[in-house]
Amino acid sequence: MKLLRDTWLIFRYEAVVMARNPGLIALTLAQPITYLVLFAPFLKIAMAGRGVATYGDAYAIYVPGLFVSMGLFGGLFAGYGLLNAVRQGVVDRCRVTPVSRTGLLLGRALMHVALLEFQATMITIAALPFGLRVGLGELLVAYALLSLVILLSISISYGIALVVRNENSLGILINTVGQPVSLLAGVLIPLSLAPLWVQNVALWNPFAWATEGLRALLTGHFATSAVWQGWLVMVVACALAVWWSIRQFNREVS
Amino acid sequence: MTSRPLLPVHDAVVAGGVVAPARRDLVIEAVGLRKTYRGRGRKAKPVAAVRGVDFAVRAGEIFGFLGPNGAGKSTTLHMLATLIRPDGGSAVIGGADLVRSPARVREVIGLVAQRSGTYDDATGRQELAVQAQMHGMGKAQARGVADATVASFGLAEFADRRIKTYSGGQRRRLDFAIGVIHRPSVMFLDEPTAGLDPPSRAEMWQEVRRLRDNGMTIFLTTHYLDEADALCDRISIIDKGLIVAEGTPSQLKRDIAGDVVTVHLSGPGSAGGADESLLAATIAVLTGLDFVHGVEGVDTAVRLYVDSAATAIPLTISALVRAGIEPVSIEFRRPSLDDVFLAKTGRTLRD
Ligand SMILES: Nc1ncnc2c1ncn2[C@@H]1O[C@H](COP(=O)(O)OP(=O)(O)OP(=O)(O)O)[C@@H](O)[C@H]1O
Ligand SMILES: [Mg+2]
Repeated sequence: MKLLRDTWLIFRYEAVVMARNPGLIALTLAQPITYLVLFAPFLKIAMAGRGVATYGDAYAIYVPGLFVSMGLFGGLFAGYGLLNAVRQGVVDRCRVTPVSRTGLLLGRALMHVALLEFQATMITIAALPFGLRVGLGELLVAYALLSLVILLSISISYGIALVVRNENSLGILINTVGQPVSLLAGVLIPLSLAPLWVQNVALWNPFAWATEGLRALLTGHFATSAVWQGWLVMVVACALAVWWSIRQFNREVS
Repeated sequence: MTSRPLLPVHDAVVAGGVVAPARRDLVIEAVGLRKTYRGRGRKAKPVAAVRGVDFAVRAGEIFGFLGPNGAGKSTTLHMLATLIRPDGGSAVIGGADLVRSPARVREVIGLVAQRSGTYDDATGRQELAVQAQMHGMGKAQARGVADATVASFGLAEFADRRIKTYSGGQRRRLDFAIGVIHRPSVMFLDEPTAGLDPPSRAEMWQEVRRLRDNGMTIFLTTHYLDEADALCDRISIIDKGLIVAEGTPSQLKRDIAGDVVTVHLSGPGSAGGADESLLAATIAVLTGLDFVHGVEGVDTAVRLYVDSAATAIPLTISALVRAGIEPVSIEFRRPSLDDVFLAKTGRTLRD
């Protein structure tokens, strides 16, 4: 109970502070929208021989990839926010109060999840005029799965930030980890087009399972194995990452 | 110099002359607290920031940790406030064990850290309300408490502006109000007046005294001699991670019997200061005099500890003249906390 209350309290605290910076929120929307407009036409042509006939088909493949790439990179940037809060002394100030320390980290993480979910909604809305068609049920399940993707990368970012404790190293790590992980998740081009060895490596990438699951959902294949497999892999990976980041938080700043 | 017992439990007389009861009134009791920062990376050298400190703070007193930069004041404070785990030693705060039940400690303490702990983009009133909620208050109650705090701490003028627009002093006042919003029984203040102008410092002192009068126990750190002297009921002097003296300011000064005579060897205008050999020669001459209890060289001056300045000054002058040394000026005063620090560490706290 206390954990829930404290998580919710910190969630709102972070949201209020965030909302005082609307420019930042607008800025985070610019990149995915640009990709959406510029990249999907390429995809339609490139995949023309594989059953992609319309823009609607292309978006059903591309939007899930965009979700994952946005969740992955957007989430990985969360570590900067944590380091900033540590630097401003906010984390220490909160840690001296009886507020749950786990709630302190979770509330902040979930606030970031909400922000990125908002971005995903904006992407979806922007893709509708281009012909994206998806059922509401599938969409909601896709958003829920996406939350796990986001939470996973946020937790990884928090853990790394707490270990390296400096923005430069965090930036380098984000790029060296993020790029190959996003490629191996097939966010731009589906992994089915990749050579076999790449597909084998990608089996070890939880983000790849999530992308597959999301693609199945957005193309209306709710009952395929890709969906439950994506969920299973994400739940496990997410639980491990959250546990690790909380451990780092309670140890490092304590 | 007689060494004083570290635990004040043994001296039964408090500042006001009231006889203190036994250990029951101790709010903070720390024994052998230690912390070594291991540092990051392979080349990092460990820093022994706090090397085993003992102290006890009584209910309702203002207890000061006086020491120079890097002495280990903040580190000690952060250990007591459950922010860093001690490598060794133990402490009991408000009846709760620091290492075994930090959560219970957090229920009775408040902290105002050395640097601010608020978001630049938030407003003071928002931060106050959030802080109240973090201490378990409901939303409406927290808002009420925040408004009341804004009024009673005189923050109204800027409470609804973004914190990044605050002046240093306004920020400090907000930090202070945030730290005490839940009326803790033990308050930790890390350099509460650092960077404040004299009127704001005086105000802050009044604020601290007001809290004490309302029954709070206050543990503060400072590197200002006058603050330790005027504000604190008792102090510990800390240097390089160890406590070198402990007592009430007046006890500590009384320990250094007599007067302090300072012999200046070069005027304030002369560049480069007195040369080393002149300083050494002066120290050598004065150390030999039987009425001098102690001699310390400080920059271009020599400090003498004597029983009575009135009789010591003529004798000092004639001894120096006989040795061919001409002092620029001579002054004397009653010992200060700086003299206590100098006597214990061989260095001065003044820059
Ligand atoms: N996180 C840290 N990692 C490594 N060394 C540290 C760390 N924090 C403090 N130190 C070192 O520990 C020593 C004590 O620092 P501390 O901050 O406790 O001093 P202080 O008495 O509060 O000084 P000041 O008056 O400057 O605030 C210093 O030598 C400092 O450099
Ligand atoms: Mg300090």
